[in-house]
Amino acid sequence: MAVTEQQAPAATAGMSSRDQADQPASLVVRFGPDQPLVLDSGGRIDHLQIGYQTYGTLDGNRANAILVCHALTGDQHAANRNPVTGKPGWWDMMIGPGKPIDTDRYFVICANVVGSCMGTTGPASTNPATGRPYGLDLPVITVRDMVRAQAMLLDHLGIESLFSVAGGSLGGMQVLQWAASYPERVFSALPLAAGARHSSQNIAFHEVGRQAIMADPEWRNGRYLEAGTSPRKGLAVARMAAHITYLSDEALHRKFGRNLQDRDKPTFGFDADFQVESYLRHQGSSFVDRFDANSYLYVTRAMDYFDLAAEHGGRLANAFKGSRTRFCVASFTSDWLFPTSESKTVVRALNAAGASVSFVEIESDRGHDAFLLDEPELFSTVRGFLSSAAEARGIR
Amino acid sequence: MNAHTQTFLPGHARVDHLAIAELVTRGSRVLDVGSGDGQLLKLLEETRRVDGRGIEISQKGVNECVARGLSVVQGDADTDLVDYPDDAFDYVILSQTLQATHRPRLVVEQMLRIGRKAIVSVPNFGHWRIRLYMLFRGRMPVTRSLPESWYETPNIHFCTIRDFVELCKEVDARIEKATALRADGTRLHFNAPWWLWNLFGQQAVFLLSR
Repeated sequence: MAVTEQQAPAATAGMSSRDQADQPASLVVRFGPDQPLVLDSGGRIDHLQIGYQTYGTLDGNRANAILVCHALTGDQHAANRNPVTGKPGWWDMMIGPGKPIDTDRYFVICANVVGSCMGTTGPASTNPATGRPYGLDLPVITVRDMVRAQAMLLDHLGIESLFSVAGGSLGGMQVLQWAASYPERVFSALPLAAGARHSSQNIAFHEVGRQAIMADPEWRNGRYLEAGTSPRKGLAVARMAAHITYLSDEALHRKFGRNLQDRDKPTFGFDADFQVESYLRHQGSSFVDRFDANSYLYVTRAMDYFDLAAEHGGRLANAFKGSRTRFCVASFTSDWLFPTSESKTVVRALNAAGASVSFVEIESDRGHDAFLLDEPELFSTVRGFLSSAAEARGIR
Repeated sequence: MNAHTQTFLPGHARVDHLAIAELVTRGSRVLDVGSGDGQLLKLLEETRRVDGRGIEISQKGVNECVARGLSVVQGDADTDLVDYPDDAFDYVILSQTLQATHRPRLVVEQMLRIGRKAIVSVPNFGHWRIRLYMLFRGRMPVTRSLPESWYETPNIHFCTIRDFVELCKEVDARIEKATALRADGTRLHFNAPWWLWNLFGQQAVFLLSR
């Protein structure tokens, strides 16, 4: 059989992240070699597996589906308790009954991206050809590949056209890629805290993270899983560096200032004297328990390669030519990873293409991560935009 | 922009909005610069079936527009009009906002580049009440339609109807139509001379072309 579908085992907190790659605690679909995922790199995945979750009910016309796209280290568990961390879903505040992405009205789908490690084929998945984890044998993945895989999932689910595609950061890149690759399948699009390309500075930060992982001897040229180990120190450092870029100077200062951690005076040593150091170390060490180091290499690489204008002859407006999709773009004032200028570039291109676009810059001092947090202005924007789009599409 | 000098007819659309709507051809493409809470765009979509877009400087205004189903981007008329391609719209509208821009001349020029036609409504600083106010009190006028003191008002570039007509000449804009409205919303006679409009019009609406 070309496609097999599996029901979700009951998600219980504390499941090992290692198990999730092949046997996720979510819905999962497996495609056979007759439906390979052909990749931008020229490679292909013959046994594609996609781990995904759904919320709400698909209506009779199959018109109310919203695809939610996750960010770099996110997963399909957008609005349910995460089986590995036991924490609420990463967009729990946004998705649910009566919430801005209202599951009483819409059918929400969230799929783990290709290259990640929570049930969709990635470097930690078992390569059916060898019986070992893919490791670096997996071809390099792009954002367009991720979106192609999602389109295969929608075909499998019998959803021809999406009411909306929404996501922040890498999720927002996927939203833009969806609108460019499958304009006829996207009625509305919400790219948040994102841009049409990864900037040089962002590539630089990612490179620091990757080098930290690869410099860890436990990385073993990507073959650590067979050795029963992992480059924990390298991955933790990668996460620490990246985490700083998700916040802002103001947010860090408000939260920690120069406060000392459990002590009255500095130790004149290299312990975590400052609260901010202790916080970052915690972010790093808790991250390695839930994320695969090679996946971090693959997904950051996918973001680095993302450049929607380059795909369209260097002119971003060409990516959206003739688009009938309604766009709502949002950025945050203190986001220095995807600053407002990146969103404005997208808005300008959409205007030049004559597309229907709304844009709002939301005042927040919480940096890039603001799209994941309790931001009332974001919620009201998303709610208002989706409601009016639903009216136009005849969704009750 | 929160720079409106408005005359509301209770329960109805603003008179200047109605005057603008009359100038817009059905089904045309429209950009409303300074769309506020989206009243005018909504009116144009409902009564003229336009394909409408807006620019609004305040986040609150943009959110209200988005919730109404309007396509509005947060931006500034002074800096963001340059981003739009030539001839992108049939009409570019600036309703009661010109006096709050930093560079009114540039804004009008940009409007006529982006749109085949421009519609501008301006409050008239040459109105007789304002002239009398200044003549007798010797101070910058604070009236019901211009309620802020000079140091608080966002309106930094006031002009009279005749001043605006002069600006149109400066930028080689052709005035295709013009309407002057009295304080009570009634219109001055179409054939009245400029000096009469300038004295009795509280505001004027202009349809311009290149």
